[in-house]
Amino acid sequence: MVHKKIAMEGSLFEPTLYIVKGMCILDNDGNRILAKYYDPNTLTTAKEQKAFEKNLFNKTHRANAEIIMLDGFTCVYKNNVDLYFYVMGSSHENELILQSVLNALYESVSILLRRNVEKRIILDNLDAVMLAFDEICDGGVILDSDPTSIVSRTALRTEDVPLGEQTVAQVLQSAKEQLKWSLLK
Amino acid sequence: MSSFKRDKKEEEDTGGNPYQNLDKTIILQEARYFNETPVNPRKCSHILSKILYLLNQGEKLTTQEATDAFFATTKLFQSKDVMLRRMVYLCIKELSKLAQDVIIVTSSLTKDMTGKEDLYRAAAIRALCSITDSTMLQAIERYMKQAIVDKNPAVSSAALVSALHLSSTAPDLVKRWANEAQEGINSDNAMVSYHALGLVAATRRNDKLSTVKLVTRLAKSPIKSPYALCLLIRLAAQLVEEDDSDASQPYIEFIECCLRHKSEMVIYEAAHAIVNLRKCARDLAPAVSVLQLFCGSSKASLRLAGARTLARLTAKHPAAVAACAVDLENLISDPNRSVATLAVTTLLATGAESSIDRLMKQISSFVSEISDEFKIVVVKAIRRLCTKFPRKHQSLAAFLAGMLRDEGGLEYKAAIADAIIALVEENPDAKETGLAHLCEFIEDCEHTTLAVRILHLLGREGPKSRQPSRYIRFIYNRVILESGPVRAAAVSAVAQFGAQRPELLPNIKVLLSRCELDDEDEVRDRAILYNAILETGDPQLINDYIINIQKPNPVLLERALRDHNEAQPEARFDIMAIPTEEEKQAKEDIVEVEVRKPVQASIEEIYSEQLAKIPGIEKLGPLFKTVPHIDLTEPETEYRVRLLKHIYARHLVLQFECINTLNDQILEQVHVRLEPPQDFEIRTIVPCQKLVYDKPDSVFIVLEYPSAYYDSLGTFGATLEFVVHDCDPNTGVPDSGEGYADSYPLEEFEMGCADQLRAKAGLDDWEQAWDRAERAPEATDTFVLPQNDINEAAKAVCEHLGLPKAAISGDAVKEIRGGGIFRGGAPVLVRARIASSSAGVTMKLAARSPREDLAQLLLAAVG
Repeated sequence: MVHKKIAMEGSLFEPTLYIVKGMCILDNDGNRILAKYYDPNTLTTAKEQKAFEKNLFNKTHRANAEIIMLDGFTCVYKNNVDLYFYVMGSSHENELILQSVLNALYESVSILLRRNVEKRIILDNLDAVMLAFDEICDGGVILDSDPTSIVSRTALRTEDVPLGEQTVAQVLQSAKEQLKWSLLK
Repeated sequence: MSSFKRDKKEEEDTGGNPYQNLDKTIILQEARYFNETPVNPRKCSHILSKILYLLNQGEKLTTQEATDAFFATTKLFQSKDVMLRRMVYLCIKELSKLAQDVIIVTSSLTKDMTGKEDLYRAAAIRALCSITDSTMLQAIERYMKQAIVDKNPAVSSAALVSALHLSSTAPDLVKRWANEAQEGINSDNAMVSYHALGLVAATRRNDKLSTVKLVTRLAKSPIKSPYALCLLIRLAAQLVEEDDSDASQPYIEFIECCLRHKSEMVIYEAAHAIVNLRKCARDLAPAVSVLQLFCGSSKASLRLAGARTLARLTAKHPAAVAACAVDLENLISDPNRSVATLAVTTLLATGAESSIDRLMKQISSFVSEISDEFKIVVVKAIRRLCTKFPRKHQSLAAFLAGMLRDEGGLEYKAAIADAIIALVEENPDAKETGLAHLCEFIEDCEHTTLAVRILHLLGREGPKSRQPSRYIRFIYNRVILESGPVRAAAVSAVAQFGAQRPELLPNIKVLLSRCELDDEDEVRDRAILYNAILETGDPQLINDYIINIQKPNPVLLERALRDHNEAQPEARFDIMAIPTEEEKQAKEDIVEVEVRKPVQASIEEIYSEQLAKIPGIEKLGPLFKTVPHIDLTEPETEYRVRLLKHIYARHLVLQFECINTLNDQILEQVHVRLEPPQDFEIRTIVPCQKLVYDKPDSVFIVLEYPSAYYDSLGTFGATLEFVVHDCDPNTGVPDSGEGYADSYPLEEFEMGCADQLRAKAGLDDWEQAWDRAERAPEATDTFVLPQNDINEAAKAVCEHLGLPKAAISGDAVKEIRGGGIFRGGAPVLVRARIASSSAGVTMKLAARSPREDLAQLLLAAVG
């Protein structure tokens, strides 16, 4: 394919929808809870991925600095109690778009777990979290970034909510309020 | 609270983590449970998530295991439970990569995709598209079109994104959905609008004209989705970059307008685009002030985005960045070390000499905490400082040496070594200290490549220093202590001292004879060779084989040697015919985190593969040079043809790279009718048998040059001839029936002097070389040039001769000094003096070459 440009020589961002290179959730020992990598050219084997995650965790678990450039990726991250959430993009990508994906991931998981973002709870609801992953990013394309709509699409199991406690609508309502708060901060 | 009770019970059972110690075989056994009726959704869902978890942890399933699990999973379609169904889709997507016969679920998924339950439909579309191939796609095309315009945003988005994935395998089919996708761009839902724009842009990627239309139209329409706007800005920026005329002005205006958007994402995107456009926008101030605001944000990613983008500006617009100095100062102790590093390096790049010491102190306080990528950024910043403020070299070199002693990977260490090497080369005052630091470093260097490079440098620079003998000790230590490659490099370095410092020669000879007993062949061979050459005392020989050695491009050398051995092993091999290693071009001087780039192969390397297809190509000898492509057609035509000229000693290979841009045609028996100038003889034509849509292929023509150099300039005419077969645009199957012959005129092209000459700018030793060639035939002439400005005139002459711009020197009188090797291996030197006079710009050109006709040719090329 000699006719195709080898790479965009300039420094502009590439006009593509394939923005997310990977997302993962690690526990506080750096072990993988869930991880998905979307770029067919980088980090294709489980071994490479785990090595990358180890490196990533070592570089990030102490300094809570939100964003790091590592191994040719821009990684944005956030942690809570014993969980670390990461979203990876190309080192040449709009950091704020990646940040919006991370927010979507964290917020929707947080709603799904009813604000108990902890390893034990996430493992109990792993199916829902897997569905959330699937709803946020499809093959590297951002599918949705609105936590409430992501949660509604992951089909929260209704009978899970014990009688006398809140309904789905209430959960969503409280989620909206929490969001509002986080925006006001 | 029942859910917590359940948790507790599980905790007792499994120690907290239900997914710990999962065993593959047991879980695959559990999948049998799916066959039971009625299905227990909760239990099945749990088993599915265990399977997914295993796959996610990197567990490998065999094809048989995956297929079994896949078929078991399909049983769960009987359950109506929404959550379970969604988990089934996920499993299908994951297992479809491993299992066989996955298309069996197509009908179930098609049913879900067209069904009533919205929660199924979107996910079913995505699952379906991930398992279908292009043949099956036709069957679901109608549903896909409907889904794209569905009023449920989830469904519409799912269809659009799936279509985008499919467009890499079935581009033509997806192109037919463009109308539906177009509608989606105006959707009220932000994501639908984004995905629709992405799909439409992707289908038009190779069609600039319609991209222009798309962007022009959308720039005026009110797009709400921030993501879509970001994409649109990228498209617009790309158009500006590709178009040099004023037509791109509206796009720049559009991007500037986006600076006032309410979403930070869009503002940043716009600011980034403006700052990075090659063509300078009228005014950077709005973009810079936005970035300045970002630097003060409470969010680290915003600060990083701002600092990074400002850092990129340092080279082009230092004044604009200097205006943000206060904001950057606030960031130098940022808790995010990446931000702090960028701020400090940017300040170093734009600041005054007085602030250097303070900033360096700041950096050294946290340099151990940052990742290698950023350490390299720091190193590069220091390297630039060394050039900018030569007086500071002492403290900067000391800092670099300190970093060299710290832990770090090869890339990082290499960057530091590079910086010190640059310092040594540029600043004579810093030479001694710099070399001393490097000597110390190789005493304890674990990277062979780095040690070899430093030894080479010591060999080159050491002999010129005041006390060369002190380096010999360091170098000779390597001979005693290191591995083979390092020893060999050390021997070469030692020989350099012997060659350049006669007073050391006796000692060097002793050292070299000791190395003649080395275990390693390479070390021994080198020692013997150098000793023999030094023994002769012939200055020419010593210069050519020790001090200034020609370095041929290794890849091409290898290939040429192989061809030579196959074709004519008994003949002599001429190493001069191999293109020499090109000098690396100076990189743009910016503060930037290194982005991984593919290894750049030289143009000769890329094409030598393709040339191997020509029968008899090995008889032409080694490739002398490949001239970068020129277009022989307008960019937006039915058939695109580009020409590459491959030059051999006595032959010329023309490579016509053709692309058929019509998807309803297949071209067969494609060849080029050539009208060469007199005396060129066509030897071989390799036609292209079949040219299908969008797959480039080449026609080759081998010509022999006229025997006289003087006749080798001229103009070629060319016509593309072929037989057209119509075909189905989707499947590419040709229609029955005979094709018809057709032809297509191509633009004329020239064979010039620059094409046949491997030229380089005159270096330090040019003067000596010119004097040495005093007795060689010389041709001189005086010309009046059409240009009015001597700068332009000098550039034009360089272009004609194929010399780089670096060959030009002088102010009032421009002097061009250069030389090169002509095809066939004859060297040539040129000197041109250009001055402006009342009559216009005049030039006196002189060329010296052992072949007089060659010198004449150079004059003819300019005249």
